[in-house]
Amino acid sequence: MTHAADPRLSARARLRRALSNGRVTAVLILLPPALILFTLFVMLPLGESAWFSFFNWNGYGAPEDFVGLDNYERILGHSVFHTAAGNTLKIVAISLVVQMPLALFLALLIYRKTPTNALFRLVFFLPYILAEVAAGLIWSFVFDGNYGVTASIAQGLGFENVFILSDPDWAFAAIMTVIVWKYFGFHMMIYIAALQSVPEDQIEAARIEGARRTQVVRYVQIPHIRPAIAVSAFFAIIGALQVFDVIIPLTNGGPSNQTHTIVTYLYTFGLTRLNIGFGSAVGVILFVGAVTVAIFYQRIFMKRTEA
Amino acid sequence: MKYPSLALAAALSALAGGAAQAQTEVTVLRVAVNDEQQAYLEQIAEAFEAQNEGVTVSFEYVANEAYKSRLPTLLQSDARPDVFYSWGGQTVVEQVEAGFLQPIDALLPEGFADTIPEAGLQAYMVEDQLYGLPQYATEVVFWTNTALTDQAGVDIEAIESWDDFLAAVQQLKDAGVTPIVAGGQDKWPLHFYWSYLALREGGPSVITDAMAGETGGFENEAFIAAGREFQRLTELEPFQPGYIATTYETASGMFADGAGAFHLMGDWDYLPMRERSTSGEGLPDDQLAILSFPAVTDPVAPGGEAATLGGINGWAVSNSAEPEAVEFLAFMMNAENQREAGRQELFIPIAEGTADEMENPFYIEVAEHIAASSFHQIFLDQFLGASVGATINDISADLAQGVMTPEDAAAQVQEAWDFR
Repeated sequence: MTHAADPRLSARARLRRALSNGRVTAVLILLPPALILFTLFVMLPLGESAWFSFFNWNGYGAPEDFVGLDNYERILGHSVFHTAAGNTLKIVAISLVVQMPLALFLALLIYRKTPTNALFRLVFFLPYILAEVAAGLIWSFVFDGNYGVTASIAQGLGFENVFILSDPDWAFAAIMTVIVWKYFGFHMMIYIAALQSVPEDQIEAARIEGARRTQVVRYVQIPHIRPAIAVSAFFAIIGALQVFDVIIPLTNGGPSNQTHTIVTYLYTFGLTRLNIGFGSAVGVILFVGAVTVAIFYQRIFMKRTEA
Repeated sequence: MKYPSLALAAALSALAGGAAQAQTEVTVLRVAVNDEQQAYLEQIAEAFEAQNEGVTVSFEYVANEAYKSRLPTLLQSDARPDVFYSWGGQTVVEQVEAGFLQPIDALLPEGFADTIPEAGLQAYMVEDQLYGLPQYATEVVFWTNTALTDQAGVDIEAIESWDDFLAAVQQLKDAGVTPIVAGGQDKWPLHFYWSYLALREGGPSVITDAMAGETGGFENEAFIAAGREFQRLTELEPFQPGYIATTYETASGMFADGAGAFHLMGDWDYLPMRERSTSGEGLPDDQLAILSFPAVTDPVAPGGEAATLGGINGWAVSNSAEPEAVEFLAFMMNAENQREAGRQELFIPIAEGTADEMENPFYIEVAEHIAASSFHQIFLDQFLGASVGATINDISADLAQGVMTPEDAAAQVQEAWDFR
């Protein structure tokens, strides 16, 4: 294995060897499709939007009105962007603090392979399968203060009708509820898969040693599934940065632009208003944020769990 | 040498012949419409094709929001339509500036433009050149449920001023009737209030003056007064509970279900609101009335009381369109086809004298309003372009909720205008 990189071999000899053992052929055949697709559909648009972000451009014709960093300045000074960034952080927090523990709790209850557990798993996983827009619409009926479930509850309790989605203080809490409901099943599945691979004998050994259920969870199962938790947290954070399609049918960013995330902000203020340059700048900011999170997360958490 | 030149001549003549008989395709892009309107358009296309051999007309329909976001990209591609639906105004100006449209004055049949009212043509004119044609006009009015106003003892005939209207709202509230339904989540239904009040306060030229940067632009006193008057209304809490999370479609159905006395909406809502009602029938015609947006007493500038707000919707012609496309446009807009649309009550035709076969009393009333209007202002959210328009929708919703002052609202619109 090591002689492939042997410095004593001449370059020519190495090339010949590489050709004869098929590596170069493999690279030549397998690399281009991925490389071309990635360049065309990921790198090129990224570069383009970075370029557009320096223009005040409405999407018609070629961008001509170069404004330097004006778009970035306007975004960073825009109160709605501050709210949107704050909301995005709230979703990250709620995902980590509420959604993941809930998913773990349920996973611990139903990870064993029994018919009833399979049924529960299916039920808990259903929200995740549902299309986001459909979920948003369903919940907008639930929260409807005139005809929805909320209305029935309020009437049953003798309260006045409440309109959660039109209340600037509560609308975002409602959205976070929907997000937790929608995605906890996904994290639960990750944990279930990981929990099923925890060696049964270790759990039994702990039991024999007199460990209570909570102690088994705390000292045996959770340490075993730490890589899975790290991965699920990673998905939770990246997912939170991308929340979009649940919000549009629920509140469309309202009332008073209080329930935007960075992505709905980009869509509303960039695309629908045809401020393509401005929207591109938001996209660049989001991209930088996501990449930073990804790199740091990989460096810090994923490594430690692997070690 | 003889044969090749013969072959060349044959090939040339084949080419020429081919060109003469070649199919010219006119592509038309339209925001999605209902089945009746689609049938109407297809019929026109067929009639045109029958008269013009070698020309085919194909319509494509795209849903409203998708249409607005796809159009700029489409216009830059080779797949750009020859003729496309337009709301006129600033969007047309931007499209002309980017070089996507072509002037059609010279391509229209002699005297054709004279059949269309000047105000309609203006919406498709940039620097005295015509880039499209208007097809129909719409007006925003207070649809009124007379059963409810009667129940509360409100006489809508007597409502002339904004103060009268506010008093009527209070009277309805006191009688336990929801005065107004509004689709606040979509925001644009609320922007009608601010726009109308700005027109009433500032006179017919208030918008064009502001665009030209005269008299303080959008921070002119008229716009601030509009915000103030709007908030006088919203402080009465006139809308149905949760109106800010209600969509236009829901609100329209609610009005048809009798959930409120007024609904400020375009004349186009006449049929759709019935379809959206729980019963599918809506309100009977004898419980329905139209109330023009009232005048304000003591306006900032005079002349606004006879202005109307609405749309002048029509078609624009892209730069790559063949002359046949303009021929088709003129054909589609000829008096016969316009009259037919009026007869079928699809829309209120804009060409002069073609609305004479309409029978629907509401459409006739709206047509009279528009004809008598001193100035027909296109919806601000269309007229001022996507960005400024959306800002006006935003500030209207914020004003309604009382989370913004009239001064801040005007300043935000001006800022959006400066940075458009």
